Amino acid sequence: MMAEKPKLHYFNGRGRMESIRWLLAAAGVEFEEKFLKSAEDLDKLRTDGSLMFQQVPMVEIDGMKLVQTKAILNYIASKYNLYGKDIKERALIDMYIEGMADLKEMIIPLFKTPPDQKDAKVALIKERTTNRYFPAFEKVLKSHGQDYLVGNRLSRADIHLVELLYEVEELDPNIIANFPLLKALKTRISNLPTVKKFLQPGSQRKPPANMKTTEEVRKIFKF
Amino acid sequence: MAAKPKLYYFPGRGRMESIRWLLAAAGVEFEEELFETREQYEKVQKDGRLLFGQVPLVEIDGMALTQTRAILSYLAAKYDFYGKDLKERVRIDMYTDGTLDLMFPIMASPFQPPKEKEEGLASAVKKAKTRYFPVYEKILKNHGEDFLVGNKFSWADIQLLEAILMVEEMNASVLSDFPLLKAFKARISSIPTIKKFLQPGSQRKQPPDSHYVELVKNILQI
Repeated sequence: MMAEKPKLHYFNGRGRMESIRWLLAAAGVEFEEKFLKSAEDLDKLRTDGSLMFQQVPMVEIDGMKLVQTKAILNYIASKYNLYGKDIKERALIDMYIEGMADLKEMIIPLFKTPPDQKDAKVALIKERTTNRYFPAFEKVLKSHGQDYLVGNRLSRADIHLVELLYEVEELDPNIIANFPLLKALKTRISNLPTVKKFLQPGSQRKPPANMKTTEEVRKIFKF
Repeated sequence: MAAKPKLYYFPGRGRMESIRWLLAAAGVEFEEELFETREQYEKVQKDGRLLFGQVPLVEIDGMALTQTRAILSYLAAKYDFYGKDLKERVRIDMYTDGTLDLMFPIMASPFQPPKEKEEGLASAVKKAKTRYFPVYEKILKNHGEDFLVGNKFSWADIQLLEAILMVEEMNASVLSDFPLLKAFKARISSIPTIKKFLQPGSQRKQPPDSHYVELVKNILQI
């Protein structure tokens, strides 16, 4: 019997589900998506009892309905061997990805930021990226000179970082200019067959939020 | 003999408290460097041990670990509080992520202006009663076991107790509709290592007061 594909429940946009899409795609795992299109769709999931804390993302996988982005990502990374070889490697991976998540947390709500506050937020994101986060990861790569962040082997840390590199470049195309090792990592990971495929048009990768996405999300989540 | 883990943070709860709980629950003695001045903090920053320039920092097993969740996951795995397999672990992850979501706004509130602080705390109590505690009550009801996951004491239990006590500090009757959580609270509190941590003189920190808020604001220059 063929295993069922994981099924992702979210709206048709990046938000907190995008990292999950990247990780599954990079692991070569096919997945289905059920998009929330209205407030009623979200209500139905809630009244069904499908959402432990009444929130999405929710991923149906291996007979479970998983919620909480980090829990979902941890599960997928472990299942597909992208989480290091022991608890020490895992601790390093966790430290790196938590930093990336902090930066991502600043980017995710940009789509709903009022125009008069947006410039300031983008400026802060760029400042943190260039002064706090990118130097840290560049230094890690420099310290061991290996092709991957942890354990000389592809892990979720590399995938999450490359996702972030693409997103920050959308805000400032030159932001990666002074980080040669990050540039090289981005190229290397982008050339992995599964990632390459995900980066091509027609994949399940989502575009940046536009006005239409913002309106749709407002309707669904009622804000 | 292995060196004791060493914790670097401000002299209060904040993001380090969950880490103190986990170490204490495991019966692991730990040392602390508590920042009273900006100079102390800057010294640790300049040392290069803070990967992203931030605390919490825990030195353990030859590593300088930062990022709260990274530290908590490592400790949970090391001290066998992380379930027996991947399916138990994902449940522990979901439950602890839920309690962290509940606790973080409470931790942040002392640093907000008065109006936002009041709203934040009220919202947290409401979420505890309507979104989080009902879930944990139901989990305990469904399996009838003493612990949240796998019939064994885990990180999920430790953190739920911490969250319950935190919310009770704001609203003493918050467990009134949750009999199983009440029993859970009594049960987990009486585990010897937890009981010891809950007694005066332990390394458990006090709720933040205005002195603590001023200290942290000064040190972080915010």
